[in-house]
Amino acid sequence: MAIDPERAAIRLGYGLSPRMPPAESVFLLESVAQATHPDGWTTTAATAAHLDFAEIRQARDEGALSPEDYRAHVQELEGQRLDALRNRIARAAGAPAGFGERLVQFWADHFTAVAQNPTQHLMAAAFVDEAIRPHLNGRFGDMLFAAATHPMMLIYLNQNASVGPNSQFARRRPEKHVGLNENLGREILELHTLGVGADYKQSDVRELAELLTGLTYNPKDDRRFRPQVAEPGAETVLGVPYGDGLPEIARAMGNLAMHPATARHLSRKLATHFAADDPPEALVADLAAVWLDSGGDLSAINTALVAHPGLAATFGQKTRQPFDFIAASLRALGMGAGEILALERPQVRQHLLVPMQRMGQPFGKARGPDGWPEHAADWITPQLLSARIGWALSTPQRLIEPFPDPRAFLSTALGATVSETLARAVPRAENTREGVAIVLASAEFNRR
Amino acid sequence: MPTRRALLKTAALAACSAAAHPLLSTMTFASAPGENRLVVIVLRGAMDGLDVVQPYGDPALRALRLALSAGPEGGALVLNDFFALHPALDGLMPLWQAGELAFAHAVATPYRDKRSHFDGQDLLEAGTGNDLPIDQQKGGWLNRLLQAMPGATAETAYSVGTEEMLILSGSAGALSWAPEAALTLSPQARLLLAEVYHDDPLFRDAARAAEEIGASLTGEMGKGPKGDAARLAAFAADRLNGETRIASFSLSGWDSHARQAQVLKRPLGDLATAILTLRDGLGANWARTTVLAMTEFGRTARENGSGGTDHGTGGALLMAGGAVRGGRVYGDWPGLGEGQLYQDRDLLPARDVRAYAGWAMRGLFGTKTGLIERAIFPGLDLGPDPRILA
Repeated sequence: MAIDPERAAIRLGYGLSPRMPPAESVFLLESVAQATHPDGWTTTAATAAHLDFAEIRQARDEGALSPEDYRAHVQELEGQRLDALRNRIARAAGAPAGFGERLVQFWADHFTAVAQNPTQHLMAAAFVDEAIRPHLNGRFGDMLFAAATHPMMLIYLNQNASVGPNSQFARRRPEKHVGLNENLGREILELHTLGVGADYKQSDVRELAELLTGLTYNPKDDRRFRPQVAEPGAETVLGVPYGDGLPEIARAMGNLAMHPATARHLSRKLATHFAADDPPEALVADLAAVWLDSGGDLSAINTALVAHPGLAATFGQKTRQPFDFIAASLRALGMGAGEILALERPQVRQHLLVPMQRMGQPFGKARGPDGWPEHAADWITPQLLSARIGWALSTPQRLIEPFPDPRAFLSTALGATVSETLARAVPRAENTREGVAIVLASAEFNRR
Repeated sequence: MPTRRALLKTAALAACSAAAHPLLSTMTFASAPGENRLVVIVLRGAMDGLDVVQPYGDPALRALRLALSAGPEGGALVLNDFFALHPALDGLMPLWQAGELAFAHAVATPYRDKRSHFDGQDLLEAGTGNDLPIDQQKGGWLNRLLQAMPGATAETAYSVGTEEMLILSGSAGALSWAPEAALTLSPQARLLLAEVYHDDPLFRDAARAAEEIGASLTGEMGKGPKGDAARLAAFAADRLNGETRIASFSLSGWDSHARQAQVLKRPLGDLATAILTLRDGLGANWARTTVLAMTEFGRTARENGSGGTDHGTGGALLMAGGAVRGGRVYGDWPGLGEGQLYQDRDLLPARDVRAYAGWAMRGLFGTKTGLIERAIFPGLDLGPDPRILA
């Protein structure tokens, strides 16, 4: 049996809202199309900010810019990072059906690329707009190509430092010891496509890394591929020979995207994220079958996921990650996209950015290329749960006016899924602030 | 044969299942591993070792530093006839005189040349070498020490504060807590939350543990010292007086590219506060405690044009505690003169900072040197024992 709209909103979106009823499944799928629209961050703007900041740093070092002015520039860049978080939360909490934005979170995490300085945060936002959003309903192979060749990924996984050992560039600089960096090639196979358990060899990693040479990001140069850096000659990845150049890299990404191991790996990952830490095998198998039949068509896979009976059968087995918890809380409290977008930067920092860090999910700063953990036990530790409870006690009263009656809020936030235990407890809170906090801090609200 | 990468992966996977165990089992302390205590403070931002422990006996220092690091003439406190301590650490001089404070100079991790804070800190906390890309290194060296400690429980090690501490991450259970995580719940809300969590073991156990940690804090802590450094250290001392034997937290603010004389006052004050708070809080247990304060790398030997210093290589390690053989600066001095600097810009690392940490754990916990060189700091050559413990 397919999942009912209320549970679907909790499982596949950002939960329930007092502003609108939970969406039917057709609207869940429409939300994916809405999420494909960009948020306005671009590689061009991030590159300009990078060059600009380099000049500002130089001016500071030369004493031409006062430390105060320098700090103001850094603060403005940090402010734009706050804007990126605010926009993401606004779109998540405000969407009529949040499935599309949940997919943005999922795929941005799948292709984790962590910014390491203030201007890279703008590039990380551009990465989501340019590599993830446009392909939510498209072919996985296209998303893979867009993500793997995006400047943010080239920087993060050291592709910029990778040089074909026999390339023109390397042969002209024998003294420099430039050479291959396998990082991106390895993570494409291990994390982005086949999965670490799949049947591939070190030679496949190396050949793929050689195929990827030439991909480059230089803020002062628009070219994304430099043939003189590329390793000449054919490369063979998983038995398929490839020639030189970007179209051949795209062909390799297309083939990897449709590989049966990729279908299995990503079907399991989707099922683990949306259904259960230990997902039903039937859900994994059904998604993998659709993946192979459709050639990795994500719209077909989204449709299959939304309709799958495995979702209803595993209701409540996942824990909302901190981003999702905050978005779902604001949504349940009746905040729409407009109100969230109207938050001032200090409010975004105090109520969204810092709490996410305390809850264990600093925005855009996953520890490694494998992204955030999926298991409930990774998120519900004494310290991290305390941060959720603390947020539930302190933030809503600072943002919400008029403040809801906890008894009404209980049914707004959880609908028919509310348990008797919680329904008995909430009316006994000694004030409305704590009543609402108990709903938000409850296991039921933190699960989906 | 499995590669080290594969082993690290396995450890990372095991971390998930280890985390699934209820974190607190306050009954199972029968075999707590000894009485010695280790505190590791990560100094984030690259502390300028040449300014904190100033080698005023090296004639080349004055040519490199115009205003900074002026030695005893600039108010630095004489440690011996070669080194002087930054004046902002004057609160620690009694420890130096009591033989409870020491330094190792010209130390570094194996990290070289790129001088990125993030990568440098990751490598410092991972405790590994350069044979593997930094972002593929999983787990921290304190966690691997825990795995090698017989009788260790989750309570044995604590990471303190909201900063993620890679140094304690890994498959062995360890607790983490931030003093600011302590909840101010009304008694009624506490009761109601216990009720609504009752049927969900994951939430029930986490909330109960949070409450136990919060409630077990000694009376003075809640209203006690202000400031992060004091709160972190007070909490760590409180835990170390109980079943905990290893604690780690971080202090930031060391990145002194400009106006270093002003910029370093706050982090140095924090560091002194943290160490003195630990000493006061630990009481009699201070005698069995070793504190290691380490940073990702040092800073340039030359002062830059903004009265600061830039990212460098060799730096200094601070050691404190009643267990330390203090009153000395350990290590061979590589010199600051012509041809003695690393890449003509940085203090040349004379010894791997991990060797000091390795010998500390050898002395404190009896960890076998083979295990330290193979598993905890893979590939490290511990070298001769510098005998840093009393």
